[in-house]
Amino acid sequence: MKPEATGSGTIAARLDLQDPLFWRAGAVSVTLVMIVVLAFLSVDSMRVISVGGRNVPNYDVINYRIGYQFDWSRKMDVPVIGGAQPLFGKTVTEAEATALMDKGKLVIQSRNCMNCHTIFGNGAYYGPDLTKSWLDPAWSQIWMPMTGKATREDAMVEFLMHPDKYPTWTRQMPNLNISEDEARATVAYLKWLSAIDTNGFPANFGKANTSR
Amino acid sequence: MYRSQKLSLRYFGAAVALFGVMIVFGLLSALYYLHPSLLFDVFNFSTSKTLHIDTLVIWLLMGFLGAVYWYLPKELGREVEGMWLAELMFWIFCIAVAIVAAVFIFVQYGSSNEFTLWFINQGRKYVEAPRWATIGIVAVMAVFAYNVVATCIKAHKMTGIMWVLVIDLVPLLVVYLDAFPAITNMSVDLYWWWWLVHMWVESTWEVLIGCVMALVLMDVMGTSRRIVEAWLYIEVMLVLGAGILGLGHHYFWIGTPEYWLSIGGFFSALEPLPLLGMVVHAIYDAGTHRMKTTNRPAFYWITAEAFGNFIGAGIWGFMMTLPQINLFSHGTQWTVSHGHFAFWGAYACGVIAVLYVAKQQVSGVNFLDGRAWKWGFGLLNLGMIGMVMGLLLAGMAQAFFGRAIGGSTLMAFTTASENPWFVSGIYARFFFGVIFAAGYVVLVYDLLTAPKHLPMPQATPEPA
Ligand code: HEC
Ligand code: HEM
Ligand code: HEM
Repeated sequence: MKPEATGSGTIAARLDLQDPLFWRAGAVSVTLVMIVVLAFLSVDSMRVISVGGRNVPNYDVINYRIGYQFDWSRKMDVPVIGGAQPLFGKTVTEAEATALMDKGKLVIQSRNCMNCHTIFGNGAYYGPDLTKSWLDPAWSQIWMPMTGKATREDAMVEFLMHPDKYPTWTRQMPNLNISEDEARATVAYLKWLSAIDTNGFPANFGKANTSR
Repeated sequence: MYRSQKLSLRYFGAAVALFGVMIVFGLLSALYYLHPSLLFDVFNFSTSKTLHIDTLVIWLLMGFLGAVYWYLPKELGREVEGMWLAELMFWIFCIAVAIVAAVFIFVQYGSSNEFTLWFINQGRKYVEAPRWATIGIVAVMAVFAYNVVATCIKAHKMTGIMWVLVIDLVPLLVVYLDAFPAITNMSVDLYWWWWLVHMWVESTWEVLIGCVMALVLMDVMGTSRRIVEAWLYIEVMLVLGAGILGLGHHYFWIGTPEYWLSIGGFFSALEPLPLLGMVVHAIYDAGTHRMKTTNRPAFYWITAEAFGNFIGAGIWGFMMTLPQINLFSHGTQWTVSHGHFAFWGAYACGVIAVLYVAKQQVSGVNFLDGRAWKWGFGLLNLGMIGMVMGLLLAGMAQAFFGRAIGGSTLMAFTTASENPWFVSGIYARFFFGVIFAAGYVVLVYDLLTAPKHLPMPQATPEPA
């Protein structure tokens, strides 16, 4: 059964690739196999990325010091959880930490931060990536002196509440009417984020000595 | 003309109008990069950009709905079932879009509570629309699915293309339900968010546009159903075979296990294959028909779709889909370059092709050609390619200076953003964006002017 195509001897004709039923069976079976594999991988991934899973720490990780170091065996940068370093100087319970995180995430959604910033590199590219913002040397080098605050977290709260007062360059962050409670919750969220194992993204964070 | 085709024309009108709105906010978003103090604290980049990408999703969706409502009665030989509901949904859709846009423009954001998520902004990229509107979109798509399925049943007829379309409606609706949750854990949030974003654009939409293109090919080139259907199944097999696990290229850095680096890298590297297949298909068809067509603009736009899809999605995606490169290119203007090229090539060009198919039938000419459409075609594609090249340059500068050398801090980000390569890329985007906008104006002008009755070129297939 030749179609009316005049291009006889084309690849498609020679290999008899023109029987739709054959390809239909192929399409259905390939798709089903892939969906099943994806389902298994998703179940496994959920175990790893749930709070308290292998890659995502409990929310009360904000009571500890967080670092980001090269791991020679995995050949990538990984977060390192160190000794006690309570956020705002106050150790929180897991329940208190969870409440902070719920709030922090809501701040991030309600202010549409992700349409200027990225988290884990997902979002928009107008502002800097926030994955490791907690570890950004800019807090101690620029914003602590600028805001006159003694700690990184206090400087972060002050910045988030009045970003338009503390610009570091021409592209500035606008004032989004963030209250003090909201800012504190957001800072807690950013600290927790920096403790997530992201397979080494971003690479070499803070290791280069760039100056403007 | 069928009643559902009248509805199509309405959808096409709305889609083209939103395309215009999208361009306005695209140009505005691009302008912030050049003049950061623009409208500062009044109308921020985030709002403008949200409007840009949300109108993108909505105008393409409207274009798809219009295309299916256009071809459904032709394919099945009867009027679409439940038209009154479909017509009602069109108005609900438009009103909802207008309200959401007004709230984005005038309210912009809320405070951190559920009210904001329900009525102002959900703050998740591409699905920022508040929950009430999201419910509305689900309703629109549910009615659409009902129309398609009910018409097939009433017509007692199923073609291969209709089977693919009907089955594709399931994931189209199901993954959209992902637009509701607000999960605290960002890793889990993004895990499911990518099901929506990737599965829509790289799987279900790709299949949907495959169906639409199959119908257009039969229509404007007279390609046989057998060939078109065999190709459609091959495309589906390859698109889903590679694309479902290709999802892994978004699971490199969000906290997910390391095995995604290899799975995502491998399967997504195969994703360009079906897109290459479509190019072969288009060339093959054009060859067998010696480029004879009754509708020259539609033919050119389908060809642009095939090539744009392959280059913009396939090649531009492949460039950064391996984890070794993605580690540095991830989340830079490089991504934006690919995003623009891919959406343009894969979907926008296809929708425009259907617009010309509709224009031909509405104006009743046997052979559609002219001069203005060529200008529209040329300016739009020139504008897009210029933007994409500028963004690629800017993105590579970011990947190199900001990421690989700079180490991704605020300082590195700033340094890369002041790099001359980056800055020239950003200027190029705006400049070519203006050219693109000019092309849009010509396109609209051409779509709205009545065509000349031209003599039919010889040996063309029967007009549809
Ligand atoms: C209109 C765009 C925009 C929006 C919306 C926005 N930001 Fe920003 N943000 C910026 C820009 C630009 C900078 C860089 C400011 C500077 O260096 O002066 C910045 C800087 C920051 C920094 C410091 C980054 C670092 O690592 O050094 C943090 C933290 C931050 N923003 C958090 C947020 C949060 C949280 C939200 C949402 C509540 C948000 N931003 C919303 C544009 C935005
Ligand atoms: C006048 C033309 C256009 C201009 C000036 C423009 C400009 C922009 C800008 C500035 C952004 C924000 C990028 C960032 O976060 O830094 C953006 C995002 C985006 N635009 Fe456009 N745009 C235009 C047309 C289009 C068209 C025609 C399409 C699709 C067919 C499109 C699709 C997108 C997408 C998908 C994104 C999100 C990309 C990402 O975040 O990776 N744009 N655009
Ligand atoms: C129709 C097809 C496609 C469309 C419309 C499309 C669109 C997009 C968009 C809009 C983004 C940005 C997402 C965001 O907002 O963060 C993106 C990201 C990406 N796409 Fe595609 N894409 C398509 C096909 C492909 C293919 C075939 C490949 C691979 C071969 C690919 C590889 C990628 C990769 C690796 C990213 C992540 C970029 C990053 O790390 O920041 N895409 N795509």
